[in-house]
Amino acid sequence: MYQTLRQIARIGIRTEAAPAPAADDVVAKRLQQEILRTLGRALAIRHVDAGSCNACELEAHALMNPYYNIEGLGIRFVASPRHADALLVTGPVTRHMAIALRRTYDATPEPKLVIAAGECACGRGIFDANYAAMGAVDKVIPVDVVIPGCPPSPTALLQGILAAITAAAAPG
Amino acid sequence: MNVAPLGLAAAPLAAGVPAQRAQVSSGQLLTACRLAWEEDGRLVALWGSDETDRQRGFCVRVAVEDRDGLTVLEHTLPDADARYPDLTPIFPAANRMQRATYDLLGIAAEGDDQRPWAWMASWPIDRFPLQRGFDATSQWEPGQEEYEFVKVEGDGVHEIPVGPVHAGIIEPGHFRFQVVGEKVLRLEERLCYTHKGIEKRFEGLQLLEGGRLAGRVSGDSTVAYAWAYAQAVECIAGLVPPRRATWLRALCLERERLANHVGDLGALGNDAGFAFGLAQFSRLREDVQRMNARAFGHRMLMDVVVPGGVAHDLALEHVNEMHDEADRIARQVAALRGIYDEHAGLQDRFRNCGRVTPELATKLGLVGLAGRASGQARDLRCDFPSAPYDALNVRMAVATSGDVAARVDVRFDEALESTRLIAAITAALLDPDAAGDIRLAPRELPSDRLALGYIEGWRGPVLVALESGPDGTIRRCRPQDPSWVSWPVIEHAVIGNIVPDFPLINKSFNLSYSGQDL
Repeated sequence: MYQTLRQIARIGIRTEAAPAPAADDVVAKRLQQEILRTLGRALAIRHVDAGSCNACELEAHALMNPYYNIEGLGIRFVASPRHADALLVTGPVTRHMAIALRRTYDATPEPKLVIAAGECACGRGIFDANYAAMGAVDKVIPVDVVIPGCPPSPTALLQGILAAITAAAAPG
Repeated sequence: MNVAPLGLAAAPLAAGVPAQRAQVSSGQLLTACRLAWEEDGRLVALWGSDETDRQRGFCVRVAVEDRDGLTVLEHTLPDADARYPDLTPIFPAANRMQRATYDLLGIAAEGDDQRPWAWMASWPIDRFPLQRGFDATSQWEPGQEEYEFVKVEGDGVHEIPVGPVHAGIIEPGHFRFQVVGEKVLRLEERLCYTHKGIEKRFEGLQLLEGGRLAGRVSGDSTVAYAWAYAQAVECIAGLVPPRRATWLRALCLERERLANHVGDLGALGNDAGFAFGLAQFSRLREDVQRMNARAFGHRMLMDVVVPGGVAHDLALEHVNEMHDEADRIARQVAALRGIYDEHAGLQDRFRNCGRVTPELATKLGLVGLAGRASGQARDLRCDFPSAPYDALNVRMAVATSGDVAARVDVRFDEALESTRLIAAITAALLDPDAAGDIRLAPRELPSDRLALGYIEGWRGPVLVALESGPDGTIRRCRPQDPSWVSWPVIEHAVIGNIVPDFPLINKSFNLSYSGQDL
């Protein structure tokens, strides 16, 4: 126990600001304000891998490391679509996953946002529409925001989430 | 493997490790596999290709690895109605490979289990994507299959279906548990949800552009795949990559290993309720990835290894930074290991959980880090060291208890060894001998050549079997992830454990869905 506490004390708080470029800090603050303004509460995201190569998943995981500390911004990845405000979908949507993705979308309560993350999900990836893949998320469910990148960096993911919330808050 | 006693003539095969190929009849295929098994050989891959455009029917290829290297047994079927022998009595891991080969190519093995594997009602069951006449852009509406899971019957037995969409940031797959109370009687996996047609996608691509796709078969192993693919192209082209490029490739491969091991060590702590572990290790992983981005322009090192060498050289300042970083991370990993080892709650969850005995591991052909945690002392970096590993003297990590604790131990050992290797490689890069070109262009890319790339990724050995077509194109490319043979082992590892331990057991292996679904 002593060693654990010592390690915690020694490493300290590494949450962004210090090591990150200035842009990150701005994004984080705006994001927090937008979430509160739009939703009046925390943002719950359900991730659906619709056939990615798992690189996008690793970068989404990185959002939870102490540098990005996404939970500190009021954003949580949740375990069920029924708890979610937004879906974060990766991969070119394999035909084998198309029905599961559609059902996940249907199970998410309105109002809901869909963020397509990564080149494949945006339809710009190496996997075109073919016998096994639909080719993009918007071929299956409506998409609010796309985040390019192969894979998108955690910063790009944060910026995309911000864009989605801002779009949702826009009048009309 | 010496195939001469079987009356077979073996021809040398261009590969990253010693390799040979031999034409076999169906009887010889069985005898050769049995001989390989008796001599401690493992099934690495089983795949097929359509040779009807050459009037040669279909070809089934079986790659086995033993102490001498790789042997590819090639068996020709006159047409799609002919069957080849069922290899599962010798190599249980052949089961899913045989079923997937049928779904994609239309040639079946003898044997009882003819359930689909890669097919899930998304294309007509009588159409086979890897046949030459199949148009890859054909599209059908996704359907739903009725998969026949094996059921356990008895008082109080019930079924828990999980997936394909999982409760976390994880790849999709379906797990069907048969349980009594909390105890797992049986687990059956249903994978292939991420099947996106990778093998078909390779066909017709240029040999020199296929590396980008190879690096996206399983994103967490992008360096291993890109290197294995590059190795295969270089074997076809008869090209030896420059020495500096091999140093840089090994540097990337060890950084990939380090990043994945520390990431998973954190996740394993978290899955056992020790969030501290996740916070600490995910920070280290991020440090490694940020350094990757600074030095190579990509956080996961995608597209750095290319046929002929590497795409980016490493600046002197980054060589020095990585050298210092290796030492800093090694000290932190060692300190965290002390905390993990002393944590009674963690050890209680890790020990005796998800045990795969060395005997079972041998029987099922378990490979890679999970294999080494179950006494299977094999590591391509030690067994068949190619440049620059011939100069690095890698220390293999082995444990024998085969439980989650053993897989954690092997990961700690390997993460620390990778930091040592990174320090050694960065030191070597400063040597004037390691200066020079980082990439050579192939002079020619001859048609109709088969070559193998074989690289020890962080999860285990990654094979790329590549066949060239005319004008520098790919005729056929089969990437083979170690997950193919390791996934079925998880079904055994969980028997008798409680359901809540499954995520921990699964994470301790951390197999690739995308790599096996293709």
